[in-house]
Amino acid sequence: MNNSMVIGQYVPGDSVVHHLDPRTKISVIFFFVIIVFFANSMLSYGLLTVFSLGAVFMTKIPFSYIAKGLKPIWFIIIFTFLLHVFMTKEGEVVFELFSYPIYSGALVQGVSISLRFFLLILVTSLLTLTTTPIAITDAVEDMLHVLKKVRFPVHELALMMSISLRFIPTLMQEAEKISKAQASRGVDFRTGPLKERIQAIVPLLVPLFVSAFKRAEELAMAMEARGYQGGEGRTKLRELKLEKKDYVTLCVFAFVLIGVFITRN
Amino acid sequence: MEISFDNVSYIYQPGTPFEHRALHQLTFTIPSQSFVAVIGHTGSGKSTLIQHLNGLLTPTSGVARIGPYVLQAGEKNKDLKSLREQVGVVFQYPEHQLFEETIKKDIAFGPANFEVRQEEIERRIYAAIDAVGIQSDMLERSPFDLSGGQMRRVAIAGVLAMEPRVLVLDEPTAGLDPKGQQEIMDMFYNLHQEKQLTTVLVTHSMEDALAYADYIIVMDQGELYKEGTPLEIFLQPQALNKVGLEVPEIISLSSTLEKEYGITIDYKKQTLEELAEMVAHQLKGRATHE
Amino acid sequence: MEKSFVTFKDVSFRYQEEQPWIFNGLNISVNRNEWVAIIGHNGSGKSTIAKLMNGLLFPQEGTISVDQMELQDETIWDIRKKIGMVFQNPDNQFVGTTVMDDVAFGLENHGIPREEMKRRIKASLNAVGMIDYIHHEPHRLSGGQKQRIAIASVLAIAPEMIILDEATAMLDPIGRKEIMKTVHQLREQRDVSIVTITHDLNEVTYADRVIVMNKGEVWYEGTPREVFAKQRQLDEIGLGVPLVTQFAHELKRYGMELEPEPINQKELVDALWKYHSTM
Repeated sequence: MNNSMVIGQYVPGDSVVHHLDPRTKISVIFFFVIIVFFANSMLSYGLLTVFSLGAVFMTKIPFSYIAKGLKPIWFIIIFTFLLHVFMTKEGEVVFELFSYPIYSGALVQGVSISLRFFLLILVTSLLTLTTTPIAITDAVEDMLHVLKKVRFPVHELALMMSISLRFIPTLMQEAEKISKAQASRGVDFRTGPLKERIQAIVPLLVPLFVSAFKRAEELAMAMEARGYQGGEGRTKLRELKLEKKDYVTLCVFAFVLIGVFITRN
Repeated sequence: MEISFDNVSYIYQPGTPFEHRALHQLTFTIPSQSFVAVIGHTGSGKSTLIQHLNGLLTPTSGVARIGPYVLQAGEKNKDLKSLREQVGVVFQYPEHQLFEETIKKDIAFGPANFEVRQEEIERRIYAAIDAVGIQSDMLERSPFDLSGGQMRRVAIAGVLAMEPRVLVLDEPTAGLDPKGQQEIMDMFYNLHQEKQLTTVLVTHSMEDALAYADYIIVMDQGELYKEGTPLEIFLQPQALNKVGLEVPEIISLSSTLEKEYGITIDYKKQTLEELAEMVAHQLKGRATHE
Repeated sequence: MEKSFVTFKDVSFRYQEEQPWIFNGLNISVNRNEWVAIIGHNGSGKSTIAKLMNGLLFPQEGTISVDQMELQDETIWDIRKKIGMVFQNPDNQFVGTTVMDDVAFGLENHGIPREEMKRRIKASLNAVGMIDYIHHEPHRLSGGQKQRIAIASVLAIAPEMIILDEATAMLDPIGRKEIMKTVHQLREQRDVSIVTITHDLNEVTYADRVIVMNKGEVWYEGTPREVFAKQRQLDEIGLGVPLVTQFAHELKRYGMELEPEPINQKELVDALWKYHSTM
């Protein structure tokens, strides 16, 4: 039970976006992140915005919920915008704000940079909103498969990731439980000078580490009892398969990609 | 301290897909110095309830009063710290909160946070370890070198050293062996009487609720399902079964015997010896009475 | 009597040199398809027995054999296929991010092909009544449900023995009941030995045989009825007996000897008829 929200925490759903192969989603987002930096015209930005909002719409997750999750980011976006508006001195003076001249180029720059930033965060958060962490892990393991040849421990890495993911909610519950227990013993995590607040973390961190180590030890024993002896000779239950919807998505995205390059100045 | 809830509701993560109603229009009063057991199966809202008792949670709506302290939605309580000094909470598996290098420092942690004077803290440490049965020559040892049962006792001592007026116990005996469970519960009961505390016990053990509580609150799906004295509650087995609870074994034993043999026991917290006597008399008539 | 499935012969064990022995020359055995309960207060060495049985720990002296194979480095992985284990903390043995993945974990370790895996996951989740939760994440399950998944994970490997090492200690009464019901159902469906290590007296009453441990030694061994008959001696070593047994003991003072000595309410009611009819 946690009252706070994590940006991009997985929201179970049944939309097309949810059902895409995680490798499709990761590839699209990877290239999206790159082409965002190539956009430099109204049209190219428009195309990317339409694509992003379309993707959001297709997840069937209410936009208000996503927006709420982006709350901490708004500050940075607005800050970036203001920074550019005041620092850039290109084009004509449009108006004066408290006798400080604002240039047209500054407005364009401010809007495009913050839009770029906004789209980046929005689209990357769609990955985690619609994909279970374990599916992402599977995809990463699959995409890194080539590295196995150079003895890169892909299996161990993936197992570590999936176990960490498995234990994040458990450890978060634990952290909350311990912080409540210490708050009941008079620790104040929220107010007071910075030094005191940093000190207040010790009674939280020590028990959390102690318990994490104990869990790790017990988990290792349980894994051994269940026959775990490394990646050799293991089979895998999960299987990734590209389907029609994946190919369609990749095609649509290819058009967007080409579109951006055509429409940029 | 008297505790009263007036229409208290609590909702986790309101307005998100994870919204969850944990308490719904809860109203009850716990008189000062009483020993109240809160029972109900897992997820019935017991832990949410007790987190209101020292202001870890504030009601989403309604008012919770703990002695002179008032908790209600939208109002920041400035006296939170003083409330937490008055209400000691022993959480489930309290040994998980130990963190200091020595047992002594860990027990002193609570009172020190509430700015209790050093000599007074010293006195309280000895009183607390005496109550929980930890030897004073162990004070300088690390709490992490202790056995599970001893760690539990040290953690409890850390709460007792705050010298609270209200003691909230969230399944304090979970995971202990039967002997350890009995010792810990007896210890709390003695403290309750000696120091005239108000005690709120959350438990899955109907036996403990019957043995120690003078009043019981039964929770189901975030609502108050029933309240009353242990006998009032436990003599309604069907009502309890409906919410996934059972009656203490001694009561089910008496009622089985009543039903099967047509005898009358009229269970009123008799001991097992007294029950045996009643059953023997009624079954055998006057014939072989010694 | 059929040959025993697990045999400890003169087993001595300690965690580290210069530490006291946990056991010194321990001899115990568990037969095929038998339910054995091991009881004893904390520190009596009962959990250590469980860990020795499937090679999570190795004895310094003596031999442990499972299905006529001596437990050694070479046989350990075969033995772990035969003996499945459910531990105390429901969280710390749940490896997968969902129920399905967790049951799959053991199967993947043993290199079971994918189609066979899917079949076994379904079958074992059905056996513990958790098939509807196949896609659930662990933090959305109760402790009892997690332990049932742990049992399913063990079942999927089709072991010949399941050890429940205080598997109900951290559960609420409903969770405990779920686990016991699951174990009973399993025993009806298939041949499997059960070893329960427990504090819960009601769990002990279901066993075919009880081993009482005290200070690293077998203090007594017998049926639950024989063990509970030693009420006074059990008290002395910090163990109790069920309420019904205590009650029967009290009745003796009024000249009411019950045969056989009851260990549950039904037996008590049945045994009392003899006195009722003489009225």
